[in-house]
Amino acid sequence: MKNEMSMQFSANSLNEGLARITVAAFIMPMDPTLEQLTEIKTVVSEAVTNAIIHGYENNPEGIVYLSASLDTETGKFEIEIRDNGCGIENIDIARQPLYTSKPELERSGMGFTIMESFSDSLTIESNVNYGTTVKLEKHFSTNNAFIH
Amino acid sequence: MSLFFDYEKKGNALCVRLKGELDHHTSNDLRDKLTTLIETEDIHHLILNLGQLDFMDSSGLGVILGRYNQIKTRNGEMFICSVSPTVGKMFEMSGMYKIIRSVNSEEEALLGLGVA
Repeated sequence: MKNEMSMQFSANSLNEGLARITVAAFIMPMDPTLEQLTEIKTVVSEAVTNAIIHGYENNPEGIVYLSASLDTETGKFEIEIRDNGCGIENIDIARQPLYTSKPELERSGMGFTIMESFSDSLTIESNVNYGTTVKLEKHFSTNNAFIH
Repeated sequence: MSLFFDYEKKGNALCVRLKGELDHHTSNDLRDKLTTLIETEDIHHLILNLGQLDFMDSSGLGVILGRYNQIKTRNGEMFICSVSPTVGKMFEMSGMYKIIRSVNSEEEALLGLGVA
């Protein structure tokens, strides 16, 4: 069975926790291990934080869009986090480990590296002045949950 | 969705125990408090206990790296203890294990500093 959800929220850092918890609840039918759960929460937190800090430059009037789908038969989980913010000029540079456009804010520059490492697939689409969409995939094993 | 911390000063070392969630939202406050504590209490060495931390992302890495730089200018050493597997992976990816020592307990860090 394919299940879908979507939500939108203000680009307010308070909502980073909301996004993490919502997505964690959404993947519960796959009976994830604690490590898988923590990794998905981390990935969501990285993408939402990027949208808030970089996309909207901490302007809470911006709206972050999150949508996810889960196929409980194949175990395929997909999530998309989108902002209509300032966009990324050079995605290849932004993806490099330890690169940050905001060193003055003590950012580690590890966001995309962590997203890449904790998911099975990461796609970034961005247009300057129009915004950024981050798509992530994760495949769960389907044999550990017997009642969905 | 909050972060709490308590601390204990042992000589010129500060043991900080974090509890809750360390993300972008809570990291700004933690940064300000730790920066001030290190300055006002004349701290040389910092021991961050992550044993009761439920969640941390790269915003946490940023704060920890920032405090490492602060401690380094004071010729001190920095330790982290009780790191979870996921947070451990992030430390590894960012190369932070090359500069910050990971120990099993606060006591181990204090022994290493000779202030236990």
